[in-house]
Amino acid sequence: MSFDPTYTKELPLVTERASFKELDDVIFKPTETKPTKKWFIAISISGTAALIGAICLGYTFYYGIGMWGNNVPVGWGFDIINFVFWIGIGHAGTLISAILYLFRQKWRTGIARFAEAMTIFAVMTAGIFPLIHVGRPWLAGYLFPYPNQNSVWVNFNSPLLWDVFAVSTYFVVSFLFWGMGMIPDIANLRSRTKSGVKKFFYTILSFGWRNSNRHWQHYEKAYLILAGLSTPLVLSVHTIVSFDFAVSVLPGWHTTIFPPYFVAGAIFSGFGMVATVLIIVRKVFDMEHIITLNHLEKMCKILLATGSMVGYAYAMEFFIAWYSGNPAEQFVFINRAFGPYAWAYWIMISCNVIFPQLFWFKKIRRSIPIMMILVILVNVGMWFERFVIIVTSLHRDFLPSSWGMYAPTLYDLGILLGSFGMFFTLILLFVKLMPSISLTELKAVTENAQPSEHLHVHSKTHTHSN
Amino acid sequence: MIKKLKQIFDKADKDLGLDNRSEKLYGIAALFDTPDDIISAAADVQFEGYEKYDVHTPYPVHGMDDAMKLKPTRLGFFTFFFGAIGTLSALLMIWYMVGFDYKNIIGGKPFFNIPPSMPITFELTVLFAAIATISLMLILFNKLPKVNHPLIDTEYMKRVSSDRFGIVIQQSDPKFNKDEIVNLFKKLGSSDISYINYFEKDESNTKAPIISIKFILGNFVLFIGVSIITYLTLNYLLFITPFDWMNKQPRLMPQSSSTFFKDGRGMRNPVEGTVAKNFIPYEYQGMPDSLVKNMANPLPVNDSVINTGKSKFNIYCSPCHGYFAKGDSRLRGQFPNPPSLHTEKVRKWQDENIYHVITNGQNSMPSYTKQITKDERWAIIHYIRVLQRAQNANDTDIETK
Repeated sequence: MSFDPTYTKELPLVTERASFKELDDVIFKPTETKPTKKWFIAISISGTAALIGAICLGYTFYYGIGMWGNNVPVGWGFDIINFVFWIGIGHAGTLISAILYLFRQKWRTGIARFAEAMTIFAVMTAGIFPLIHVGRPWLAGYLFPYPNQNSVWVNFNSPLLWDVFAVSTYFVVSFLFWGMGMIPDIANLRSRTKSGVKKFFYTILSFGWRNSNRHWQHYEKAYLILAGLSTPLVLSVHTIVSFDFAVSVLPGWHTTIFPPYFVAGAIFSGFGMVATVLIIVRKVFDMEHIITLNHLEKMCKILLATGSMVGYAYAMEFFIAWYSGNPAEQFVFINRAFGPYAWAYWIMISCNVIFPQLFWFKKIRRSIPIMMILVILVNVGMWFERFVIIVTSLHRDFLPSSWGMYAPTLYDLGILLGSFGMFFTLILLFVKLMPSISLTELKAVTENAQPSEHLHVHSKTHTHSN
Repeated sequence: MIKKLKQIFDKADKDLGLDNRSEKLYGIAALFDTPDDIISAAADVQFEGYEKYDVHTPYPVHGMDDAMKLKPTRLGFFTFFFGAIGTLSALLMIWYMVGFDYKNIIGGKPFFNIPPSMPITFELTVLFAAIATISLMLILFNKLPKVNHPLIDTEYMKRVSSDRFGIVIQQSDPKFNKDEIVNLFKKLGSSDISYINYFEKDESNTKAPIISIKFILGNFVLFIGVSIITYLTLNYLLFITPFDWMNKQPRLMPQSSSTFFKDGRGMRNPVEGTVAKNFIPYEYQGMPDSLVKNMANPLPVNDSVINTGKSKFNIYCSPCHGYFAKGDSRLRGQFPNPPSLHTEKVRKWQDENIYHVITNGQNSMPSYTKQITKDERWAIIHYIRVLQRAQNANDTDIETK
């Protein structure tokens, strides 16, 4: 557990060396002051979008899912596209908080809490879609195995059931991980606040945490264990989501590359969304010296790596379609790239594979406006990836007599808009009400935050020699 | 509105006794400025032989566990244990549901199929392990939640939450001596030494005001709310056993065996002498026709009855008796030919006698109860009378116009 001071000297995690007290003041500012005008404008936009989504959902519940565009042969439309899109976004948070933690990537501290919150909200948004897709969301309990009056149990051989377990486990574990990380920061808020109402809630949410080292000892271990548990979990979740497709026998879905390809895509889209939101948040809340350009540059590098992985997967799908000699498989892929949905395919290729290659240039990695455009394109491209996978595989399958085209209705688009509205509303509320940057972790990696090496050794020998 | 809420919460604080401190001392606290200071302070306090002390830092300081000589945490063993329980319960659940309780053939695969059970087993392992790790870390290892600890709400806690490092020696320590400790802290270079007292209402710090009207009322409201929601969910959404409106009840299928009865059968015989519906027994079964009495043809003579009688006669009677009841069988001598129905004897018979012969049978003629209903029998009799009169017509029967 030795600390490497050269690492932080080389690349300061917090520029403009600030005292701990100043860090507190900056990071807790949104929670302790009245919301700014910018915040109100932002939440009124996102809230409106969420309301439009709610109205479209209301129509769907009243008239049924016939309000949507999906029909034979394209039975999975925007509902499943959006589900896979949002659940993919949810993967960056756990990757940053768990996998980068295990790799001792200290730069993650500034953005980890935020990315975790995004995970929670993205999974919540994603969770809506399978529920409304089944048509009667109030009967969602049927998805779980429980002793019911028909005595029959759920089908444990079905990937759709694995999905139920994977997504609910992922939500619960991410939520606990996120909540546990916030306990010390909420305790800090509790000590600072003067308002009785706030104090009441912060006291409850902090569980009476008192920064005791006897507690830190178990807390750190728990954090390490949770990171260890979350790492395979985050990989398993999108693997299982990809099984929803790969276990079927439809050309274009039935491929073994799907699990790693989906996981890489999920991390890619998740980082795209984290970067998009962080660029805005650091500006709006004056946190440019905490979420630095160095952080964003590192995220761009990860985007470049995962984007290339996704590009490799696209190429490999085509190669296997040719190499397998299976005419149905070959037809699907040629139809994908040159058929009626070729526009969606080429949007996907350009946004996910071609444009992120610009991140090879340091100047582009460190230019906020270009970065902003590129990460938004990543989001667009990853949404279209799911569109391409689902729609182009379904609309022309084995039986040419039942080929058809898919077009979303106004209600599909409204629900998609609403999902973004809900996600950003939750993000804005989180930034306003909760510590959006992990202060405890951030303080621990600032300069001189840890005892100097010789003293560490000295104190040990001092106690041992007696 | 907001002011009122604030008052309520302030009052809640007062009720808990969190606004006043008592005279009783909890411990002596000292603040330090740098992590180097606190780690040597902790090592020295440990070296002096104090046991009931604690170090408070805004973040985990590396090397502090060694300085305080804390034993390594055993949290990992619990994670492993509960993770293993998650694995086992997932496998047991799947085996019980689809391999034992309700076997369904799915794609011709084994009922309890290991490979497709793996994703759910993995997820439940992680779920159990993660929930156990966090809840045990808080509850078992750290003895939280505890919102009325004496250190809460002190200036000391405010500083160690933010930017300073502190150490507290408790009064319950066997070596506790105010002056000695203050001197020790000063020698170690502490910038700020303070005394921390217990809260007024809660000196022992173990009691919580559980028996108060507010608490009981609150729980009561919670209970009612949860009950209503549970009732509606279980009854109208999930139809969970046993709230299934008695749709599922124990029963025996027809012809199935049962250990309940001595003879091992699930079905029971009816009580002796029971008459089945529409199966009223014939009174004169097996008797000679001379004994038959008091039966009259209940049917009127009209076209519809005669036609019914004709059709039934042609189906059931004509193969032996012939279409005109002359006894000219179509069976080509395979059976002894029956008598003609135009004999003096039959013509003089009452309807009840013919009915008896159809119902009971006579000589080699079997009973026709299984084939011909009662009303059809009476209709046939009317038709026989028609045939008899047609075959033995008088001059008076001829209508002149």
